[in-house]
Amino acid sequence: MNKVVHLHPMDDFKARSKAVLDNAGQRKNFRGAMDFLQTKRRAQFPDQEELQGLRELGSSIRRYSLAHLPRLLEQLEANLTANGVQVHWAQNGPEANAIALKIAQRVHAKRIIKGKSMVSEEVGFNHFMEAAGIEAFESDMGEYIVQLAGEAPSHIIMPAIHKTKQEIAQLFADEVPGVTYTEDVDALIQIGRRVLRRKFAEADIGLSGVNFMVAETGTLCLVENEGNGRMCTTVPKVHIAITGIEKVVEKLEHVPPLLSLLSRSATGQAVTTYVNMISGPRQPDEKDGPQEVHLILLDNGRTQAYADDELRATLQCIRCGACMNHCPVYARIGGHAYGTTYPGPIGSIISPHMLGLDTTYPLAFASTLCGACSEVCPVKIPITDILVRLRNEAQARPETEEATLRGSGAARTLVASTVWGMWSQVYSKSGLYKLASWFMSRGRALSPSEQGAWTRSRTPLVPAPKRLRDLMKDHKS
Amino acid sequence: MSAREEILNRLRNTHVAEQQAMPDIAGWFGAHRRSEDVVQRTARLRAALEAVHTEIHDVTHDNWSSVLLQVAIGKGLRHILIGATTPHGEQLQACQTKALQLIPYEQPIDTWQDLLFDGVDASLTLARGAVAETGSLILWPTPSEPRLMSLVPSIHFVLLDADTIHEDFYAAMTAESWSEGMPTNALLICGPSKTADIQQTLAYGAHGPKELVVLIRHADGRQA
Amino acid sequence: MNPYGLTDRSYPSKPTDVYLFATCLIDQFTPQAGLDTVKLLEREGIRVHYPVQQTCCGQPAHSSGYPDEARSVALAQLNLFIEPWPVVVPSGSCGGMMRTHYPHLFADDPELHAKAMALAERIYELSEFLVHVVNFNHEDIGEACTIALHTSCHARRQMGVHETSAALLDSLDKVQVKEQARIEECCGFGGTFALLYPDISEAIATDKVASIKNTGASCVVSADCGCLLNISGRAAKQDELSGCKQPSLPGEHLASFLWRRTNGGAA
Repeated sequence: MNKVVHLHPMDDFKARSKAVLDNAGQRKNFRGAMDFLQTKRRAQFPDQEELQGLRELGSSIRRYSLAHLPRLLEQLEANLTANGVQVHWAQNGPEANAIALKIAQRVHAKRIIKGKSMVSEEVGFNHFMEAAGIEAFESDMGEYIVQLAGEAPSHIIMPAIHKTKQEIAQLFADEVPGVTYTEDVDALIQIGRRVLRRKFAEADIGLSGVNFMVAETGTLCLVENEGNGRMCTTVPKVHIAITGIEKVVEKLEHVPPLLSLLSRSATGQAVTTYVNMISGPRQPDEKDGPQEVHLILLDNGRTQAYADDELRATLQCIRCGACMNHCPVYARIGGHAYGTTYPGPIGSIISPHMLGLDTTYPLAFASTLCGACSEVCPVKIPITDILVRLRNEAQARPETEEATLRGSGAARTLVASTVWGMWSQVYSKSGLYKLASWFMSRGRALSPSEQGAWTRSRTPLVPAPKRLRDLMKDHKS
Repeated sequence: MSAREEILNRLRNTHVAEQQAMPDIAGWFGAHRRSEDVVQRTARLRAALEAVHTEIHDVTHDNWSSVLLQVAIGKGLRHILIGATTPHGEQLQACQTKALQLIPYEQPIDTWQDLLFDGVDASLTLARGAVAETGSLILWPTPSEPRLMSLVPSIHFVLLDADTIHEDFYAAMTAESWSEGMPTNALLICGPSKTADIQQTLAYGAHGPKELVVLIRHADGRQA
Repeated sequence: MNPYGLTDRSYPSKPTDVYLFATCLIDQFTPQAGLDTVKLLEREGIRVHYPVQQTCCGQPAHSSGYPDEARSVALAQLNLFIEPWPVVVPSGSCGGMMRTHYPHLFADDPELHAKAMALAERIYELSEFLVHVVNFNHEDIGEACTIALHTSCHARRQMGVHETSAALLDSLDKVQVKEQARIEECCGFGGTFALLYPDISEAIATDKVASIKNTGASCVVSADCGCLLNISGRAAKQDELSGCKQPSLPGEHLASFLWRRTNGGAA
């Protein structure tokens, strides 16, 4: 869902962040969830040498796959087609939705049951289908909860991470017929199970995402814990998988290292409960499985990232969410504040290609550049370097060769570029710097007690009476 | 131009300067593998599965069916879904008791889906193998043991031969040459279905089986 | 190996001469930390050269998205360290900028790139230099005290030197270092981030102050001035608002702390 409001992106982002910062309950939920996920991940990687070696391997697999992306996509398509899977290509969200709708109309579908798919969120699938009169029902427990609440996921792996069990208990009591209030998590899950079992059985189409696509065998790999993904891809007569073009690897043997990195980094599991590898629809001698399997390959700005030698690394992502789980900013403001389908550090570097830098540039600046995201990224995406690159792009001179992305230059202001120009002049010329710093130190009594944003939460910065260069003159070694 | 051509052209028009060598997967697993025997692999698999609420029984070729029936009756089960024409299905049928109904999966699901969802307590399938490192059971659903058997019934029994346990996933797929031909559906299963989507609280029995029971069948005299 | 791909470096034996790149924050706001750095090095018999033309590493512009402005400032530093001596930087953040970003900033100019690479190789963060090159070993003659250590994110992740500050403090007999919760988490400074997103920055800084105070530490030590100004500045603001007269969490640069503890506070 493109929820970015297009008028004042910076003000919007700040307002959404502030709303969460002022909400003690949500702050506590996020902090607790981040601590939980960090601890779980750490326990999976006791051996630093193994972790760093596996990250290097995972990174090399993803970089190799991207280096050969057009060839691998064609190979994937050929092998999937030979296996009986129908492959579709979509340049953007509306094209992807139109393809899915056409399939749905052909099979007279009334109900679509959905497994977890961030790409379907990216293209606004549910709203589109509902507008076309087709029910799109989420079946991942977290997604089911946020859909019931009329919200969007706040985390790519744990969609309902912003909610307490009390809130979910109340939601179920209010929205699910025949349910009385209970805070017992097992009971709540059994309520979801009961409701959704009927939905699986009644659905005409199952929609899913994809974690990895294997070119050499024509295989779609999906990982999950709940079993809803298997339900969606097995029970309805038609299965539609939707995913980004970057998710392909060449060989089946490329899956095990990535699978290990994904599950350990995401939820701190050695492996998920289910690894579901789909290579074709039901065969004539088989008794279950979908009769049709479709794959929709989505671009939606990914080719813009691909075209740039530095930004291509963005597409290495395997969507584990570890970057957000370790981000000090995400931990404070949660996923909704970002206003994009993908929140956190990865969202800040992928969203500009989907939505344009003109509406998403505040996210590139929403990082202390502490590097925790780059450190935990299982495929070694240099996230902080890419954030800096996007900051450069956001403030590039429009219509020049500096500006290479959709929306480049949108954050450039005359005031800021003049200030930084002057700063650069002072600090590039030691004479000017000596003069300026001399005035600051001699005029320290005149240091303002109000220093804008700094002194809202800190005491003022006051220059020392003597600079180091002054002290050094007096210093006898 | 079609969307396909537009997308592929944009990709092809990008010159990727960085030339990547084919990643050395065999090298990595070769260096990180523990050379374990079947007993050690079984122990590791068992520990990993038990850590995710899986019930495990050691059995032999002779006693597995009676152990299974005993466990099933102990759980108060009324029926078990079995494969239509499998050696182990037939073996189980041979020692059938009145207390338990064995339902063979004979018809396409379209004709009896409601019964499967609402009227079958448990199922039994054979594992193709397993992965010791992560505690994953390998299932390749077949025409006689279709996909939904391991998904819909609340209790899933899996018969696993100890000598099919591989050290890791890579070892399994290379030993069996998976890349030369994949089935329509291949699965790794580690424990009963679960979720932690409500305030990070782990709950078993999300959408798939609520219980997973694994019978590890040892070659005679090699019981772990 | 750290996320920036720097491999574990090998360290030279103790040199006779080093350069000091003292950083603009130290020059203007905490010059004593710079002077104490000089004293720590001179005590080891090392001559310290301080090129007075130095200004700033250029990081503020670099991380704010003004690469040309950053390059211009970086270029002014690039020519100041002519002799092949190590360059000691009492800041992991500024050191990280020079060590990991200078080569990229000048990637398009072979001559400058070569210079930047050569300089990057000689950049040492103070604590790593004291541990690995100098083998710092001095008697702790201060009173027993309990402190907390905050290592900057750039020292930790860019320079990969999070263990050396801790090792130096460990070597002091009467200093007890308490480990705060989430020790690896950023303090929320982030340079211009603190000015652009003051609410988020404040929330992170507030949590950092709380986690450090929860250890019972009487002060926070760091080898980075930026973090110190943020953490102790946040604590001081809270003191001001609550009417607390004594600073509840003063901050001290690692160089000053080490010098004070091992030199009896004498100048």
